Amino acid sequence: MVFLRTLFKNRGELISFLVFFALLLVVLPIALPIFRLNLVGKYLSFGFVAIGLVLLWGRCGILSLGQGVFFGLGGYCMAMFLKLEASDPKSTAIQSTPGIPDFMDWNQLTHLPWFWEPFKSLPFALMAVMVVPGVIAFIIGWAMFRRRVGGVYFAIITQAIALILSLGIDGNQGYTGGRNGITDLKTLWGWDIRTTSGQYTLYFLCVLLLIVAALAAKYIINTRFGRVLVAIRDREDRVRFSGYDVAMCRAFIFAFAAVMSGVGGALFVLQVGFMSPSLVGIIPSIEMVIFTAVGGRLSVIGAIAGCLIVNFGKTSFSEAYPQGWLYLMGGTFIAVVMFFPNGLAGILEDNATLKGKALKLFAKLKELKASRATKSSVEAPIEETP
Amino acid sequence: MDSYSWADLQNIFIMQGFAGISLFSVLLLMGLGLAVIFGQMGVINMAHGEFMALGAYTVYLCSTLTQDYAPSFGPYYFVFAIVIAFFVAAGVGAVVEWAMIRHLYHRPLDTLLATWGLSLIMQQTYRSTFGAREVTPTLPEWLMGSYSPHEGLDIPINGMFVLGLAIFVSITLVLFMYKSRFGLRLRATVQNRKMSDAVGINTGRVDRLAFCLGCGIAGIAGAAFTTIGSTGPDSGSRYIVDSFLVVVFGGAANLLGSLASAFGIAQAQSILEFFLEGTKGKVATLLVIVVALMFRPQGLFPSKVRAH
Repeated sequence: MVFLRTLFKNRGELISFLVFFALLLVVLPIALPIFRLNLVGKYLSFGFVAIGLVLLWGRCGILSLGQGVFFGLGGYCMAMFLKLEASDPKSTAIQSTPGIPDFMDWNQLTHLPWFWEPFKSLPFALMAVMVVPGVIAFIIGWAMFRRRVGGVYFAIITQAIALILSLGIDGNQGYTGGRNGITDLKTLWGWDIRTTSGQYTLYFLCVLLLIVAALAAKYIINTRFGRVLVAIRDREDRVRFSGYDVAMCRAFIFAFAAVMSGVGGALFVLQVGFMSPSLVGIIPSIEMVIFTAVGGRLSVIGAIAGCLIVNFGKTSFSEAYPQGWLYLMGGTFIAVVMFFPNGLAGILEDNATLKGKALKLFAKLKELKASRATKSSVEAPIEETP
Repeated sequence: MDSYSWADLQNIFIMQGFAGISLFSVLLLMGLGLAVIFGQMGVINMAHGEFMALGAYTVYLCSTLTQDYAPSFGPYYFVFAIVIAFFVAAGVGAVVEWAMIRHLYHRPLDTLLATWGLSLIMQQTYRSTFGAREVTPTLPEWLMGSYSPHEGLDIPINGMFVLGLAIFVSITLVLFMYKSRFGLRLRATVQNRKMSDAVGINTGRVDRLAFCLGCGIAGIAGAAFTTIGSTGPDSGSRYIVDSFLVVVFGGAANLLGSLASAFGIAQAQSILEFFLEGTKGKVATLLVIVVALMFRPQGLFPSKVRAH
């Protein structure tokens, strides 16, 4: 009970959390055919990135335009294992060098590059899915936050990193699969991931891991550390003067968000069956920010819902009006940023609080009438100097 | 590199150096526009590349109109097209500032996202208006060809023209910023907005003019771009990261820094492109800049004024 209270501020939050995941776990699998459910699973793998962005951007005020980098790193770690398993010597017997992935053979490589070797082991690959993005993010974050790089500078540099990684993967076809990416992934430890039952299993795995991630994020938000994050966002220097290591907090949350993105990337690969640089670069990275912004940058559930809504909008609307989609997307985005900075979740919450405020105001008026108090109880808001 | 003789290397450097000059000019013009908007006003304009494309499309329109209605005007239209490109981009910039940016000055990260939304809309508009295929304006004769002072050395004329244009714009901009009344007001607003308000500077108007100016220079960059490449709906977005790095690496708000870093980035890319195949030259350049920025986040020439 105490634990629940740490995770959820009030009953409303708990109920929305339960309803949302009941929808994902029970209603959608019953209502949707497996093809659509697989799509939902794919969108939910972006939900991991969105959760990371809620912590990083919504709570701590760091806008990273390079989350695709970590999504991609996690995804590639998973895809490398799956690709090695799919290209055993027997099924690649027609290649000039059997036993290495097909794209390496096309590029005249005769042996597996050294950094592919450890990905023959599943435990290593699973660990790498989380460790590689986390460590890289921590190094980047630590180097930059220690020198107090923040705000727009951080956004621009992370965007440049996204460009570097996508160009780098694109340009080294023999080692990474190039523009086509790593494709034709078949089995995970002998278990076929392409069958209907495999896709159902992976969907449920994805939702369950998403629940774990959402709870972890909520835990961070509602503990003291979460409050320090908000304090860093709102008034960095005061937090520093109070003796907190601001750079460390930021680097940690950046690494945490990167680990989340890496897990999302791995689940994406498992459910979709390929990984390519088109999911790493500038546009996917900024799209992940859009999902979060539309859903609500402060709300974990809102951000996941944002991923589903924007992606479904994209799929259905761009099928019907391919021309109009970018207008709609751009317009929505401008509107959200300008008028609803807290996204859909913010709109819902505002409605709830407005109702609450109105009720409170009525109660106060009644009280005032009853006591006929002359003293004004309205406090002047304290002016903040920028 | 062992297989190249010293003379070979010299030739390669000169050749690629001249090729890099066109890229340098476009990056410099993009960077100057951004330096005004980002460096001075602290606003991130992700649609800056689209303003560049707007300038390029304006030149294309001018070119087709001249060909259809006044073919005899052909040799001279390009100069006028550059001016028109400036004003078209600046005009659209004014509308954008009025409708969007001025509401977001206190939320710099949000201007970044909102202008990205804008860039999507602008790209789609170009695609619906001009088609997804890349277009090229007909350049006047005098811009074509090359000038060869002696055997084996060809200097492309369009590169020299674009370089001259970039230098002209830079000098005009510096004079404008440091010698004109408006420049004085702009610098005052950047240093202390409240005080500038108090002494009677219309800071809202200064903001709008600065944004227009930045967008207009992006329009000129687009006009320069038409001489070295063909324009497509996403031409602008390909330059946006490079131009942001030019501004950040040069030290924001520092025009001289933008010049130095634009030169460095363009030359490094164009020379490395020769030795490393494909995009590796670009990757290497960007990597060096990002690592350098991690160690020296204030850029090459940091501004002495605290801009926030």
